[in-house]
Amino acid sequence: MGLLNSFNSSTNFRMKKVIKKHPLAIRWFHWINFPVLTVMIWSGLLIYWANSVYKISVGNTTIIKFFPKGFYKALNVPFHLAKGMSFHFAFAWLFIINGILYVAYTIFSGEWRYLLPNKYSFKEAWQVLLHDLHIKKYQPPQLKYNAAQRIAYTAIFFMGMGSVLSGFAIYKPVQFSWVAFLCGGYEAARVEHFILTIGYVLFFLIHIFQVIKTGWNNFQAIISGLEVIKPEKQISTNEQA
Amino acid sequence: MSRHNFFDKRTKEISNSSYRRKMIFSFLIFAVLVAAGIFAWKWLNHQPTEQGALKPLRKTLEANEKILQSTFDTSKKSKVYTEKDAVKNVRVNGLVGMEKTIDTSTWRLQVVRAAGDTLKLSLDDIEKLPKVHVIFDFKCIEGWSQVTHWAGVPLKTFMDYYHLNTQEKMNYVGLQTVDKKYYVGIDMPSALQSQTILCYEMNNKPLPMNQGYPLRLIIPVKYGIKHLKQLGTMYFSNQKPPDYWAERGYDYYAGL
Repeated sequence: MGLLNSFNSSTNFRMKKVIKKHPLAIRWFHWINFPVLTVMIWSGLLIYWANSVYKISVGNTTIIKFFPKGFYKALNVPFHLAKGMSFHFAFAWLFIINGILYVAYTIFSGEWRYLLPNKYSFKEAWQVLLHDLHIKKYQPPQLKYNAAQRIAYTAIFFMGMGSVLSGFAIYKPVQFSWVAFLCGGYEAARVEHFILTIGYVLFFLIHIFQVIKTGWNNFQAIISGLEVIKPEKQISTNEQA
Repeated sequence: MSRHNFFDKRTKEISNSSYRRKMIFSFLIFAVLVAAGIFAWKWLNHQPTEQGALKPLRKTLEANEKILQSTFDTSKKSKVYTEKDAVKNVRVNGLVGMEKTIDTSTWRLQVVRAAGDTLKLSLDDIEKLPKVHVIFDFKCIEGWSQVTHWAGVPLKTFMDYYHLNTQEKMNYVGLQTVDKKYYVGIDMPSALQSQTILCYEMNNKPLPMNQGYPLRLIIPVKYGIKHLKQLGTMYFSNQKPPDYWAERGYDYYAGL
């Protein structure tokens, strides 16, 4: 018995328990999407500048102006409408193709099971939020993604669809008049396209914050695919399972 | 799927050394990909420009145009509005090629039927043709739009009336301002769409000078850059006629 025990522990010492978190395809889609979406947002900004009329105001007081002069100047935005359009209408294809492949893969591989919110997700997402804000200690159990992630990553899929649809409504409002109609008209489509873009930027900021907060083991899984299960986590996993 | 299944299916034990090997391998591949991405971006931005746009992007714009033109349906019209939707203060944009005054007693629309065969028409000649009103959401490539009210003769009616049948079979119409400083090219299907008019009235009055008096193009299936003002010369071609904004990096087609 004693011999066996020592053998086991030495094996454990040389072995790592890992979970295959992100399949290779999803890692590719993720890392292609990041620069492509960045180019889309940047080129979209160059286009938006030419008629930058949106703002949030209460009464006659402007709270946020999209965007202030200094912001444009810092990013070298002014007078690049043509450049913005040429990049936007080329990279849009990459964004669409990558998006379609990602969704198709998620459906056919069964990964959607870990991604779509279920009947517990909305309650759990609230608990996750309270936990993340250090209000509550309790953290609901999770599979690949927690409930808040499920909702966020499913929302981002619908946001992508919305961007493509509203994009086509702006791009060809006569030929795709039914898409423009679905969006509530040409002007509405332009507003929606803009709001969704602001949404990506906010998503990105929260995403980066969470990734940094969660740490290296989680981050490297989107590169290597593997996440190491630490011994103490293993125990709690067994308990929960 | 239960929680248990997820962890069972995806969890395995691997040795430290094979874990380390896997890590180094994935990060190496990742670094190569990042480098490739940066290289591709630099390469793209150092490509020569063609008509004001980087060559690969210009080729993509042309491919987009081909795809979208093949699905273009002339029966699809820009949404029609009523007179009360139309704004009174119509935005003025684009001053290239605009003269301060034009004398319509000497102004003639020059329709080049073929080299050395030019039809010269007065404003009266054009105004006596059937007039249609077009009230639509005028869209500027900058992003703003405005419901505006125009009237004139449909280009198709005009071309039929002057027996420009062989010209209708050509690929493009070219237009130039009186001083030839602004010029556009338009694909024939869009030019012959029923809402495309040679326009001489705005809000039931003759065109103001800054809106293109005496004659301009109104083509609701295109961005405003194609709605050439102070029309002087019209010609036909199977090759793309020069286009002022397309030479400055914009999409040639500019169709909606």
